[in-house]
Amino acid sequence: MEVPILKQGHYLIASIQSALTDADLLKLRDELVERVGRYRARGVIVDVTVLDVMDSFATRTLSAIANMVKLRGAETVIVGIQPEVAFAMVQLGLALSGVATALDLEEGLAYLQRKTKGNGGNHGR
Amino acid sequence: MEDKVNVPINSDTDIVTARQSGRELAAQIGFTSTDLAIIATSISELARNIVSYARTGEVVISVVQQGTKHGIMIVAKDRGPGIPDIEQAMKDGYSTAKGLGLGLPGTKRLMDEFEIVSAVRNGTTVTVKKWRR
Amino acid sequence: MSNKPRQPTTIQESSNIQPTTALLRELVSHLRQNRTQLREEWARRIVEARLLTAMSNDEIFAEATSVYDNYVEVLETGSVEALQAYARNLSERIIPRGVETHEVLGIVLLLRDVLARSLFSKYQTDFALLNRVLDAYEPAANRIANTVAVGFVQERERIIRQQQEAIRELSTPVLQVRDRLLILPIIGVVDPQRARQLTEQLLRGIRSNRAKVIVIDITGVPSVDSKVANHLVQTVEASRLLGATVIVTGLSPEIAQTLVTIGVDLGKMNTVGDLQGGIEEAEHLLGYKVIASGEPTAQVEEE
Repeated sequence: MEVPILKQGHYLIASIQSALTDADLLKLRDELVERVGRYRARGVIVDVTVLDVMDSFATRTLSAIANMVKLRGAETVIVGIQPEVAFAMVQLGLALSGVATALDLEEGLAYLQRKTKGNGGNHGR
Repeated sequence: MEDKVNVPINSDTDIVTARQSGRELAAQIGFTSTDLAIIATSISELARNIVSYARTGEVVISVVQQGTKHGIMIVAKDRGPGIPDIEQAMKDGYSTAKGLGLGLPGTKRLMDEFEIVSAVRNGTTVTVKKWRR
Repeated sequence: MSNKPRQPTTIQESSNIQPTTALLRELVSHLRQNRTQLREEWARRIVEARLLTAMSNDEIFAEATSVYDNYVEVLETGSVEALQAYARNLSERIIPRGVETHEVLGIVLLLRDVLARSLFSKYQTDFALLNRVLDAYEPAANRIANTVAVGFVQERERIIRQQQEAIRELSTPVLQVRDRLLILPIIGVVDPQRARQLTEQLLRGIRSNRAKVIVIDITGVPSVDSKVANHLVQTVEASRLLGATVIVTGLSPEIAQTLVTIGVDLGKMNTVGDLQGGIEEAEHLLGYKVIASGEPTAQVEEE
């Protein structure tokens, strides 16, 4: 299942539309990393509103996305985690630590704007 | 109304099928949305273990009843290499977030009943149950 | 036309199953024949013992009739299913009326007594026969008392669970104090079930209020065990996944100790002394500036 990735200014927004298999998640990771490099994006938003399950693989992959994207100088924020999903995740010990999260797309954009203020390019730390 | 679903697990796409089927079955007997998320996540973890360690197996999800309690039972079975040290696998230090371990302690916490039978070269069977409050 | 069983010539005969069943049938027919009188006596003794005070005399008599008939039927058939169904039905009706467990047990035991005395007076001239009568009657009567009592208690427990759930929901309101700021004051003992319910309510509240900061005040919580402390930590983590920051206020030294014992790094958890301080910190995080006006008496509306 293809995940549509939109470019909005300096940011990339990946909107997950339906349940993703492991292969889909890995593909998303590679796509995002590639495009961050190509467009010199400053931030990435991954919208997981639609996902009703976030298991260990999904959280590992999202962490990987954040780390790899960071190596290219961009910030990542995960948005739209559902209350029930968040509950199940922390009970399983998957707290996505070290990865920024926000309530929804609007909050995610606000976060990126705050975070990347004054960040001239993708050489920032 | 179905009361049992049998999902063969051979690839990562089957993981999604297993947890969606499981969720549907659990929804039929009236679990809360939070519990549905928990059940689906547990199924995902158990099915994923099969794919990662045994390549092939099956997940059977069924409705169970004990007296006036209604619940769901998940049996994840494979004929894979087995777990050499179950005690170690059940220790909380095994973090699935880092990609180590099998997510078993977490699954045990999420479910009401948990049972694992495993022997080297003889496969693994994990049986979990969750009761509707 | 009742068939009186032959007098046993040896003691062994009294333990023979067949005569016992025939005996039971005879008992049942005796109890049916004397139905009206025995029922009235039972109802009278219920009122005398001041049981079922929540019900009127007419109601007591009506229920007494049903229970009596069911009772005798079970003695006859040995089948408790019908009695179980009736016991559940009765419980559903009388529990909301405030009937207590001891009352239900009391009336069943009174009936047992009324019937036993009736049997005593009938068979009192033959002691050996009386013994056999009691051997036939006792186990059945015990099973009946048991069934009705257990049925009542189970129904009661079910209702209590329902009520507890409702109370839990009511007792932990999630308050929206300012835009994007939620306060969750927790008062009283928190058990794992309540903790779980709190977390679910809070997370839903974060989503619907689009809250960015939560202040969880646990001043009113006397103590927590490690399970509940874990829940608190999970609540903080889950809230973060929804983009909200949690400030915990009112942490007593005991609870702080529990958290440390279970391995929580209090440095990582945002804690502030009291609720007031917590709200101020929250406002600060949200970028609110509370500006004091020149005249301290002017702005604040006091009673």
